[in-house]
Amino acid sequence: MAKRAGVVLFALVSGVIAALTLGAPPVMAVEPDEILADPALEARARHVSAGLRCLVCQNQSIDDSNAPLARDLRLLVRERLKAGDTDAQVMQFVEDRYGEFVLLRPALNPHTLLLWLAPLFVLLGAMAVAVSALRRRRLQAAPAPNLTGAEEEKLRALLAEAPERKSD
Amino acid sequence: MIIELGHFALILALLVAAFQMTVPAWGARVRDPRMMAVAEPAALCQFGLILVAFLALMNAYITSDFSVANVAANSHSTKPLLYRISGVWGNHEGSMVLWVLILALFGAAVAAFGRNLPATLKANVLAVQASIAVAFCLFILLTSNPFLRLNAPPADGNGLNPILQDPALSFHPPFLYTGYVGFSIAYSFAIAALIEGRLDAAWARWVRPWTLAAWMCLTIGIAMGSWWAYYELGWGGWWFWDPVENASFMPWLAGTALLHSAVVMEKRDALKVWTMLLAILTFSLSLMGTFLVRSGVLTSVHSFAVDPQRGVFILAIMTLFTGGGLALFALRARDLRQGGLFAPLSREGSLVLNNLLLTVACATVLVGTLYPLVLESLTGAKISVGPPYFNLTFGPLMLPLLIALPFGPMLAWKRGDLLGAAQRLVFAAILAVLVLALAIAVFHRGPVLAPFGLALGIFVMGGAVSELLFRVRFGSVPIAETWRRLKSQPRSSFGTTLAHFGVGLLVIGIVATSAYREERILVMKPGEDVHIAGYTLAFRGVAPATGPNYREVLGVFDVSRAGAPLTRLEPSKRVYDAPPQPTTEAGIHPSWRGDLYVVLGDAQKGGGYAVRLYFNPLVRFIWIGALIMFCGGAVSLSDRRLRVGAPGRVRRLTAPAPAE
Repeated sequence: MAKRAGVVLFALVSGVIAALTLGAPPVMAVEPDEILADPALEARARHVSAGLRCLVCQNQSIDDSNAPLARDLRLLVRERLKAGDTDAQVMQFVEDRYGEFVLLRPALNPHTLLLWLAPLFVLLGAMAVAVSALRRRRLQAAPAPNLTGAEEEKLRALLAEAPERKSD
Repeated sequence: MIIELGHFALILALLVAAFQMTVPAWGARVRDPRMMAVAEPAALCQFGLILVAFLALMNAYITSDFSVANVAANSHSTKPLLYRISGVWGNHEGSMVLWVLILALFGAAVAAFGRNLPATLKANVLAVQASIAVAFCLFILLTSNPFLRLNAPPADGNGLNPILQDPALSFHPPFLYTGYVGFSIAYSFAIAALIEGRLDAAWARWVRPWTLAAWMCLTIGIAMGSWWAYYELGWGGWWFWDPVENASFMPWLAGTALLHSAVVMEKRDALKVWTMLLAILTFSLSLMGTFLVRSGVLTSVHSFAVDPQRGVFILAIMTLFTGGGLALFALRARDLRQGGLFAPLSREGSLVLNNLLLTVACATVLVGTLYPLVLESLTGAKISVGPPYFNLTFGPLMLPLLIALPFGPMLAWKRGDLLGAAQRLVFAAILAVLVLALAIAVFHRGPVLAPFGLALGIFVMGGAVSELLFRVRFGSVPIAETWRRLKSQPRSSFGTTLAHFGVGLLVIGIVATSAYREERILVMKPGEDVHIAGYTLAFRGVAPATGPNYREVLGVFDVSRAGAPLTRLEPSKRVYDAPPQPTTEAGIHPSWRGDLYVVLGDAQKGGGYAVRLYFNPLVRFIWIGALIMFCGGAVSLSDRRLRVGAPGRVRRLTAPAPAE
């Protein structure tokens, strides 16, 4: 009995701790003990981490997150870098294990093609619409045809009349 | 009892809105002045009723009435008064009541100030406005009712998420919602004009001030959210391209475009059809923002409603108003006359470019935000679209916009002179080149393009000032004449100058803090020193402290610069009583150069504390820039020509004709 109560208590406590840590804002992301001695390698690690998503968080990179999983991934990234991987190899290594979801910058592949091309398409489409609308409107508003001889005569007469009106 | 009164008032408001939606619209159709006339008192009455409902709920929060389920779930008796009040909109149900309150406020404002509007237009506008109110009152009453009681009230409430217990965040939602909902006026005017099948001159005059007011509130609301994230989330980030941020940013982009196209419409009678479409789209994006945040479709810190029933309801509202609006537009837009010719190189042309780039940028954010959701629901594939995507796509679109920005106001209407505009921008350009050279000489680190970004910000700021100086003929006429001209400038032109100046500041803040941020992460023991960005921080140790509803551990850092003591920073780790959740409070020392930002971490095994230090150069320019943009809007809004309901200039266009 006592053992069972202990298990329940343990489950409760660990549940509370999990709830606290998951719900908490990032207190500390990169911990001092994780930092690599080589500043160049550390800078690369930071750069790679900023592009990897923390899987248990909401829209945070592992570089910004204090979740235990993010820490594990940060350590993994640093381990791979120390082992001599390039940045791309590290990314690939993590992606192979956690899936495409982990990449904050989506890879270019058939199902993200539209995502990457959409801004360009929209821009070209919008430009085409704007140009054609401007052109159409200018065509519609082509200058009025020249006055006929009779109209010019009338206009001249009107203009000649004008100053007289002004005087009175 | 009071809460039941509130509940009852909201139900009455729904009925009044239903009445206001149908009778005046029918009256406008059959030209019955009596039926149209009921719109005005109905709008005021609807606002009064929703205000009663809102105050009843607020009363329950202030008095900590835990027999109300919503209060019990989201408040706590030890919470300070400010957060008990802001707790009203710090949860899903209450925030929706705030939403309809602001909606009704705008409707009442049209009723109160719109005495000069043509009767049919006013009746239709208020009817459309009421239809939105009907949809959202139904939504609240059917799926998100904050007025429900508990059978067995708890002794105390659950409390508000501590990271939301913050002054900036208390006022963030009201501003944001005023922005979102303010665009409903432009929408209602557009739909009313489409129903009538013609665009009144009144339409053009009315859309701009309302859009401007909404845009100002949205600007300051977004800036507050960003400011809060900066100091509260504990790592000094200010924008994350989080879907919830994007949800408010998209209406802002579309609203900014609308603001500029409304200028062309007002001044030159051109772009009318486009402005109308943009008005519909801007409010649709506001609705979509509401849907994204309120439905829980995005998993993010901001969303507190995870209930599919609600999601489907808001989706239906959104589809109805967006789809209905666009369908009406497709049917009727052809009948609307186009007006005002202009050459591509003109003020109008530059504003078309502004609209083009802003709408494409908005579409880019939309695609990036929705693509993962759509892809997952279609194929099951899960991808993330994070900041790198937005920086790569959104950034390049802003570049031509910012380069073109100073040219726009320098060009004349109808046909502009690019060479002349360029000559007037020579001083701004020289200034920008100087800054570029200085930045390249001083900073030996950071991205290669960063100095160009700083120079671009200077160019925008310099361009804004040059434009004002050019307008008053500074330098080419005597000072007295310049002064006379300065005094006679319309306020809206000062508004433009200010807003564009703010954009330049914003750009500089973003570039500087992104490119030249300094960071130190280390373990510090009491008595140790650390140096960053010319500052020396001496760690004195930690001390416990208690606040009204939390306990905390303070880290004490004495900051000095070049041997002279400056200040003491006390970053802390807090644990709130209810809910028992830890937060960090950063210690921030602001200066004109930038912010020194210190975060206290956990105690380490070998003694000492983990400490994070940042120096964020010029980071405050971001929010100061946004604030100046807000002020620019306010100055422009105070322009007599724009003032809502300014008498004298607005002629009665159609006398209310008696029924035939």
